[in-house]
Amino acid sequence: MDALIAEFPRFVSGFLGTLRLCLFAAIGALLLGTLLAAFRVSPVPPLRWVGTSWVTVFRNSPLVVVLFLFAFGLPQVGVVFPTFGGNAFFWPGVAGLSAYTAAFVCEAVRSGINSVPAGQAEAARAVGLTFQQTLGAVVLPQALRTVVPPLGSVMIAMIKNSAIVGAFGVTGELFSVDGALTAAGYSALSSLGGVAIAYLAITIPAGIGLGWLERKIEVKR
Amino acid sequence: MSSVLYDAPGPRARRNTLIGTVIAVALLLVLVVFAFIQLGENGQLDGEKWGPAFNPANQYFVATWSALSTGLINTVVAAALTLVLALAIGTALAVARISSSRAYRWLVVGIIELFRGLPVVITIFLAARVLPEFGISLPPLWYLVIGLTAYNCVIIAEIVRAGVNALPRGQSEAAYAVGLTRFQVLRIILLPQAFRIMLPALISQLVVIVKDTSLGFVIFGFSEFVRTANTVIQFFGGQEGIALPLQMYIAVALVFILINYGLSKLAEYVQRRTARAGRAARKKDAPPPKELTPVGTAGAIV
Repeated sequence: MDALIAEFPRFVSGFLGTLRLCLFAAIGALLLGTLLAAFRVSPVPPLRWVGTSWVTVFRNSPLVVVLFLFAFGLPQVGVVFPTFGGNAFFWPGVAGLSAYTAAFVCEAVRSGINSVPAGQAEAARAVGLTFQQTLGAVVLPQALRTVVPPLGSVMIAMIKNSAIVGAFGVTGELFSVDGALTAAGYSALSSLGGVAIAYLAITIPAGIGLGWLERKIEVKR
Repeated sequence: MSSVLYDAPGPRARRNTLIGTVIAVALLLVLVVFAFIQLGENGQLDGEKWGPAFNPANQYFVATWSALSTGLINTVVAAALTLVLALAIGTALAVARISSSRAYRWLVVGIIELFRGLPVVITIFLAARVLPEFGISLPPLWYLVIGLTAYNCVIIAEIVRAGVNALPRGQSEAAYAVGLTRFQVLRIILLPQAFRIMLPALISQLVVIVKDTSLGFVIFGFSEFVRTANTVIQFFGGQEGIALPLQMYIAVALVFILINYGLSKLAEYVQRRTARAGRAARKKDAPPPKELTPVGTAGAIV
């Protein structure tokens, strides 16, 4: 643990780097995942196919392979990501992590919508609410409450998965702190142990916060 | 399509759906055509690029796949070893958590929370780099297995605990009443029934394990499936001057998707069977606990 104390600034910057990576990926994954969920519950069959295939492909392939495809496969077809502060792997990493996590977000949102009993929407329609009103005033507020716990777990899993992006060489991210410290001559136990503690400093409070939120918004049915 | 969102469609809704379908199909076709043009312009449709992985008539096909299958075997071996070890240790942890006294239980909960919060790639890296520092040097396969087990055993411990908690109280009460000890109750009455309920969740966890074996790429000297693919790509890039990362990673992804899709279908099938048979006792009217929700929904996470 001596590295954690001696090289604290490096850990702080790695910590912030991880948060930055996760922030971008979370925005991408939430937007894309919600869109895919809308596709999956849409009455238009081809949109449902798109949603279903996306989920099947990305849920069943390892994140490593997805990242390899984004980082080394896509440039082959002329899709070149801009660099981020001189780092070529940042945007492919964000894009790959977003595409992968979106599949899980989609499933969480979809199961949330499906968990609202059909009688709720039927009753809303029976009293004459329009589709928008049914969705906005009856279905979504209830769906949101069931969606939060699984969505939170997906986000925590995404934070942990960001370490894989780090292993690819997104410099300035927590995982890469280990490489820098090893090069500086620290033992693996002290540098990796420090990195592990830094990850726990994100995931454990996030888990506790999620549990609290879960209890607070729980729907009694 | 029955959903909470829509009524059974009337004539107008059906017409709108049809129009939407036509537009969506047209857009998708445009997208596919554009993708092919993009592929063609960058010379990615050449037979020499797809051949080594997809065309059995290609001169490299046999060599490519014999290399890849060696990697795939390593991946499967690592996944199988991890499953067995994680199941054994996970069950032990769950038993310790259920049956130990309160003071001691905190220790088990601490271990579970600790490893649950760590990224798998970190546990693998810890195993691969820290163990040798303590003079424990193992074949690279075992670093991967140890790293994966450290993470997955605590997940399995939670699944086992959820399975045991899902059983009706009457099961353990009856067992205590006939004079079984606490350990006997767990071993003879609770765990066998819990395993039945848990089976689908365990199979979905196997999907996670299979995917995570690919993280072995951080360990030097262990040629699992993905690292083998990289070696193949390097070979073609260097020796033959053919860059085929796109094609090779697509092949790798397809193999993973095939295996994992099969496993998740198996999990759904087992889920349906155990639900229908209804032999595995579960609390009446209680929904299955979160950890045991079926694979089709949010299921096993990442």
